[in-house]
Amino acid sequence: METLLQQTVNGLVVGSVYALVALGYTMVYGILGLINFAHGDILMVGALVALEAIRLLQLHAPGLGLIPTLLAGLSVSVLVCMLLGYTIERTAYRRLRNAPRLAPLITAIGVSFLLQTIAMIIWGRNYHTFPQLVSTTPLEPVAGVFITPVQIAILVVSAVLMVALVLLVNKTRLGRAMRATAENHKVASLMGVDTNKIIAATFVIGSGLAAVAGVMFSSNYGIAHYAMGFMPGLKAFTAAVLGGIGNLGGAMLGGLVLGLVESIGAGYIEDLSFGFLNSSYQDIFAFLILGIVLIFRPTGLLGERVADRA
Amino acid sequence: MNELALAIPWLGKRHPAGARWVVVAIALAAPLIAILFGKTWVRILDFAMLYVMLAIGLNLVVGFAGLLDLGYIAFYAVGAYTFAFLASPHFDIHLPFWVVLPLGAGFAALAGIILGLPTLRLRGDYLAIVTLGFGEIVRIFMNNLNHPVNITNGPQGINMIDPLVLFGWDISKPVKIGEDITINSLFLYYYVFLAFVVLSVILVQRLQISRVGRAWAAIRDDELAAKAIGINTRNMKLLAFSLGATFGGVAGGLFAAFQGFVSPESFSLMESIAVLTMIVFGGMGNLAGVIVGALALTALPEVLRHVAVPVQQAVFDRVILDPEVLRMLLLSLAMILMMLLRPSGMIPAYSRYSRPELVVGKAAGEVSK
Repeated sequence: METLLQQTVNGLVVGSVYALVALGYTMVYGILGLINFAHGDILMVGALVALEAIRLLQLHAPGLGLIPTLLAGLSVSVLVCMLLGYTIERTAYRRLRNAPRLAPLITAIGVSFLLQTIAMIIWGRNYHTFPQLVSTTPLEPVAGVFITPVQIAILVVSAVLMVALVLLVNKTRLGRAMRATAENHKVASLMGVDTNKIIAATFVIGSGLAAVAGVMFSSNYGIAHYAMGFMPGLKAFTAAVLGGIGNLGGAMLGGLVLGLVESIGAGYIEDLSFGFLNSSYQDIFAFLILGIVLIFRPTGLLGERVADRA
Repeated sequence: MNELALAIPWLGKRHPAGARWVVVAIALAAPLIAILFGKTWVRILDFAMLYVMLAIGLNLVVGFAGLLDLGYIAFYAVGAYTFAFLASPHFDIHLPFWVVLPLGAGFAALAGIILGLPTLRLRGDYLAIVTLGFGEIVRIFMNNLNHPVNITNGPQGINMIDPLVLFGWDISKPVKIGEDITINSLFLYYYVFLAFVVLSVILVQRLQISRVGRAWAAIRDDELAAKAIGINTRNMKLLAFSLGATFGGVAGGLFAAFQGFVSPESFSLMESIAVLTMIVFGGMGNLAGVIVGALALTALPEVLRHVAVPVQQAVFDRVILDPEVLRMLLLSLAMILMMLLRPSGMIPAYSRYSRPELVVGKAAGEVSK
């Protein structure tokens, strides 16, 4: 029972990181019908840029407290990633907006690998220890469950960001324009929406969220690495599909569900498979879920839109 | 082959017959030229032939049927590991290669069907992600299935795989002709691989102009219209997917025999992407383009390895970009730039069977989503 509770908490924490990344996938997909493969790598860039900024700050301004340092690093990395997202959209995707579907998809893969390669050139192949500015020592156990301050911070920050995003999309002028563009580019532009700007804004917002997710991911695990974006990216995509791609609420729900399944599954996989499989197989759960969802409910949990939209 | 001959600049259009002989001559003489630069280059040629096979197989899926497969190397892995299981001291089974190779191809095709069935009725993007995930799963299993029962021997991989033995003739041993001429086994492997490549090319060329090939082209260009004229799109896509996988399986088996050793490291995602870049670079849907793309992108990183490293050593006194990084940089840039600047590849597909404005990249603005 304690394992179950503990893994539930862990799952919620990981799940909220997935959810933040999944939001980026789902927003871009909703508007462009494009799977932005490079999204996971933006998470990686976010983590590594934050790492670099924090290192510099610790070197030159050691008097700054832990939390301000982290916040400064976070803001730098969010800004860099937003710029990066904008640049990618502008240079790689915009010209292919009306090309056959395979073309932007292939470009997106190319961008993903290009980002990884550049990160490899700058930061090398090694794993970097990510400074744990928010403590990772567990607090007093509640009902036998250990939770660390960084985990609490992750839960709070992602909840705040998700609420903010929902408000942005549903209550503001920008959000209305985004929804209109997702519905129909041409009609939206006839109504006076600058669709190019809106699409760029979508990439910028998604990349910002990915940067935050990257910093949270690295703070939680204490490492950063040039290829760290791949798995969370893939899983976040799974989460987006699970929740119903193109649907914001779905991405959040999908992320949380995926995190829970994965972490509870990893806790019990050894018993379930009679000791044949161990927790190194925990990455399979995401793909199992993806397969099951695609077979039985391709529209996802909350998706109403048919998968074959475009 | 005609297409390959036509692709030769200048000569191809003027003297098609002559150009054809040039292609044959180059294919046969390649290892003899390569040996002038050292044995490594013959080995690189051997690998290039394997990549050509992979590219031909993946082209069947991506270029002909328009399905994006990002885990293609997994089928290569299935073929290679099948060979390793059934022809090595690992389980102490030593079946002859003409039993193992078809088995590997069969398993790869089966994997393709299992993977394709749930995903092929959906949009192509999902297939891309699912295949990507499949590639990772295969790698996870290869890496971890060494306990409690040792099946794949984990990250260490499987050693001492039997070499190719054709009609009782072990081609991994050098052949002696007369007193002082010996033919290195690298050459023999080259010609065996070349034979496989030629066979695949003939097969795929026949396929392309067959009823099946036309159905694939129709699906790629407009799935709805294809359905409307009575093509069973699901079965046709499944066929393309599993046939492509079969090529991967065969190439994998040959790779295992040639290398004598398989480990999960050889089947990373990067390899899938590399093969995809080859066909994008050369020209999707065009056999000649695909072959040229595979050859160019196998050779180019090697040339860079031999040129860029000494140059960096001389200029900066140390190696800043190691060859592996250079290869990744080259491949990813090639993929992006080709899609932006020349989406139909170096040698664009010319096909009577597809509407030109729908071929990837041509007249991009005309086709609405």
